Amino acid sequence: MKRVSISFTLNGDKVTAEVPPSWTLLKTLREYFELTGAKEGCGAGECGACTVIVDGEAVNSCIYPIPEVEGKSVTTIEGVSGQDGALHHLQKAFLENNGVQCGFCTPGMIMSAKSLLDQNPAPTREEIRKSIAGNLCRCTGYVQIVESIEKAAEMIEGEK
Amino acid sequence: MIDYDYIKPTTLKEVFTLLKEYGTKATLIAGGTDVMINIRNREISPDILISLRGLNDLCCIRKNDGYHIGALATHRMVEQSDMVKIELSALHDAASQVGSVQIRNVATVGGNICNAAPSADTAGPLLALDAVVVLEGPGGRRSVPIADFFTGPSATVRKADEVLVEFHIPEKSKHFGSAYWKHARRRAMDLPLLGVAVGLALSDGEEISDARIGLTVAAPVPIRAFKAEEFLRGKRWDREVLAEAGRIACSEASPRDSLRSTAWYRRDMIEVFVPRMAALAAERIRNR
Repeated sequence: MKRVSISFTLNGDKVTAEVPPSWTLLKTLREYFELTGAKEGCGAGECGACTVIVDGEAVNSCIYPIPEVEGKSVTTIEGVSGQDGALHHLQKAFLENNGVQCGFCTPGMIMSAKSLLDQNPAPTREEIRKSIAGNLCRCTGYVQIVESIEKAAEMIEGEK
Repeated sequence: MIDYDYIKPTTLKEVFTLLKEYGTKATLIAGGTDVMINIRNREISPDILISLRGLNDLCCIRKNDGYHIGALATHRMVEQSDMVKIELSALHDAASQVGSVQIRNVATVGGNICNAAPSADTAGPLLALDAVVVLEGPGGRRSVPIADFFTGPSATVRKADEVLVEFHIPEKSKHFGSAYWKHARRRAMDLPLLGVAVGLALSDGEEISDARIGLTVAAPVPIRAFKAEEFLRGKRWDREVLAEAGRIACSEASPRDSLRSTAWYRRDMIEVFVPRMAALAAERIRNR
């Protein structure tokens, strides 16, 4: 199978992937870079388990063609914590407020929430709910997830 | 096995050359939220995807002699445009309710219309806003009123060697308002079981000087309710007039029973939502 060379920024590092042009961003993350935080749930842009951030915007990596990533900046759940391994406010808030049940939706939830908070650090509850409307939690733990995002926003506000 | 090549040209000329070279072996891709799924479901198996995302000129929303919505404008761009929200409200209503943030960040309005699903959310508003579809091929540009664009489910007048480049919406007066109702079971990640868009112009806040009604999932293709529009023109604002327009619009639709809903329910809801969306459009004009 033909391979192409795609260069982009992945969690702050300049990288190049040599993969078939028909691969998706999700497949490249999981099978080429062995970053398995982003999950394949439905594979069709319905569940949000594969959510990553591309140039600041949350996208479903399972339907994102890898050639479109050329020159862009991709952030996955693996790139959310600090260089020293310190957890991001969202990660702390999810742990402390029972935002994690089985954990399968969590990386996608956190990436959707991160793109929201990066653009709007003080969202309303309605804005939070809209931002994760494309992320399904099969454990149905939505209340705690929304609360976790609210707490993370408070932590960010408290830091200012 | 899924295996295709992927080319991302930066000019329309290159796109036309590639389309000529690969013919039916090529598929155009914009945001990919339909194409990638069709490939995954083995509904199509192109040898090559020609990405339109390198055509930066087609990715804008601007006002200049009416409104120009570039084919590559994403639903998110439409959702976040204050100009669209205030002046082309129905389109804002529709774009901000498509899928999820992740989908809206990549899915384009041009793709939504070229895919030509009977349920396309942006089709009803574009009908009610009297949009013209601008197509470009190797021989030049042509314009098609959106009411003539759809020829069947997933079928349009766009020729295989043409690219939809933009939607042109004629200038609107400050007495114009519009609204779209997406009738669905869920508020996200759902397709409408019925879509109703109404565009109105009110003179003196009382007389309906112009009306356009776009209906989706009400027929095999998105349609205008021409008779209802004609009935409304020149009438004074009145609840009974609106109710009658709803009944006429209903008579122009030919909905069917499907997985998502039934024909009789869709008919009933057209009668309900045509007057409601007309009222919301009027409210928006009065609040301007």
